Amino acid sequence: MKGLRVEGIDFAYGRRTILHGVGFEPLEPGHLTALIGPNASGKSTLFRVISGLLKPKSGQVHLDQLNLDKLSARKRLQKICFMPQFFTANAALTVFEVVMMAQKQLRGLKVKSADIDAVAKALHDGGIGHLAEAYISELSGGQSQMVSVVQALVRRSDVYLFDEPTSALDLRHQLDVLARIKGTMAARGAIGVVALHDLNLAARFADHLILLGEGRVLAEGPPADVLRSDAISRTYAVDIEITEGPRKDLLVHAY
Amino acid sequence: MTDQSAVSGIVSGYRRAIAKRIVIVVIATIALCTTILIDIVSGPYDASIGRVLHVILQPSVATVNENVVIWDLRLPVALMAVAVGAMLGVAGAEMQTILNNPLADPFTLGLSSAASFGAALAIVLGLSILPGVGGLFVTVNAFLMAMVASLGLFAFTRLRGVSPEAMILVGIAMLFTFNALLMLLQYGATELQLAQLIFWQMGSLARATWEKVGICLLVLAVVMPYFLWKSWALTALRMGEDKAAALGVNVSALRLGVFAGVSLLSAVAVSFVGAIAFVGLVGPHIARMVVGEDQRGFLPLSALCGALILSGTSIVSKSITPGIVYPIGMITSLIGIPFFVSLILTQRKRHWQ
Repeated sequence: MKGLRVEGIDFAYGRRTILHGVGFEPLEPGHLTALIGPNASGKSTLFRVISGLLKPKSGQVHLDQLNLDKLSARKRLQKICFMPQFFTANAALTVFEVVMMAQKQLRGLKVKSADIDAVAKALHDGGIGHLAEAYISELSGGQSQMVSVVQALVRRSDVYLFDEPTSALDLRHQLDVLARIKGTMAARGAIGVVALHDLNLAARFADHLILLGEGRVLAEGPPADVLRSDAISRTYAVDIEITEGPRKDLLVHAY
Repeated sequence: MTDQSAVSGIVSGYRRAIAKRIVIVVIATIALCTTILIDIVSGPYDASIGRVLHVILQPSVATVNENVVIWDLRLPVALMAVAVGAMLGVAGAEMQTILNNPLADPFTLGLSSAASFGAALAIVLGLSILPGVGGLFVTVNAFLMAMVASLGLFAFTRLRGVSPEAMILVGIAMLFTFNALLMLLQYGATELQLAQLIFWQMGSLARATWEKVGICLLVLAVVMPYFLWKSWALTALRMGEDKAAALGVNVSALRLGVFAGVSLLSAVAVSFVGAIAFVGLVGPHIARMVVGEDQRGFLPLSALCGALILSGTSIVSKSITPGIVYPIGMITSLIGIPFFVSLILTQRKRHWQ
């Protein structure tokens, strides 16, 4: 059994149930999955449960043969890299320093030459090399989102969970960031999941879609199937039409 | 620009920043050594810098007078200023970090007023919380009350979950509670007791002894390595709980552990020298403006800034009027605030918005 397997996750904040028996087909290494669904459908909560930051009432998460619940929080978070949607950016820390923090991931005080090189390369590859010495408090929303993505990609994990990595980015950077995430997953043979609101981006970049609505998985499969399913119109409560774009890509129209 | 040269440009930029940080820490250390020396030299008994250095490095050459003035009187005061300054600087730095609040320091959380109340219990009622400590009972009372205040905050956070806002608010509630209790005691105090109490609250290094210096250094030696060990986690916390937790930081355990260390630092410092405002607040702010908040630079420099401020204050307190040593509490504020305001006004980058 390869891949990330999530089975029967129930989660509640007090009495408010967020996830109802969430599970899906194993996610394969090297593939990018988009988690789609309306606001408050439980996407972020599901990410937190998978990464171990929240404990579910029931259900299990396996990576290959390994039951992740058996790992310590620290070990689990080394295998699973979770990028939260927001970070507070009022600190007097430079972009380089915060990416270095992710690179070190709490291991050892000393910064080695190899660490510095890795961070510099990650910043350059992420298109934010010019911001290395800027304070994070001076960044725009889009820039800090790109820093977050670099922080995630600099880490070496088996699973990467990105919560809305493109919500504050302009068109070009949306494409850049998602292409880089997809390319990195393929190159590292890692399992990638992105929560996305933009269905067109999901259609374009994801190998696999999971539709979440009111804490339940309502559809999953290749983008073409999920986007054409009845569930999607019902979940978003809008009419959705799919056409083919000029480059044989899927275009999602909502009415 | 090729990829390779762009990457090496970023690398050398970071190396420059690290080198700058080291240079700043070294400069601050040299400055601190200088102020310690000036502190020992200044005062009513005339001794040249050369002679003072000689007596310190080779105690056997000292005359009886020099022995008393330098070894028994001035050195403990000078080192106490440094130790307490460093303790308050570090305590303030980490309180601001774990509470995510630029105004946090031993004052805001009510630790200082709790200590004052403990001292008042001793001075006004003659009450010793811990029996059998003899003449130290004012200090011991102050320490115990400060720790009680911390424990109260601790217990509260255990009950309600550790939210920084809640901690600050409960700290402020503590502050007012202990101030009210303090006023109650002051109301019933005699004039002599009142004078004693106010003098205690103003803060003074005159009570310094070698034992107290030793205790301060011991506490620093225990707490600082722990903070340094947690430095990545503390740096991560400045990007928000979520981000830190995603990196594997156990945020509530970190907050509680660091809070325990901070409480010990502040309680010891405040009980030995009285309520000294400002050092715990401003030391870290200066450090932050100069080297940023990567804890590996921020923590040592906060300690050094706190120590420098208090050591400088100790010099000024003796130099205003020859023969009189003014309470340091008011001087830290009077000198420090204009300096601090000018730093804020000239500061280009705005953190904590």
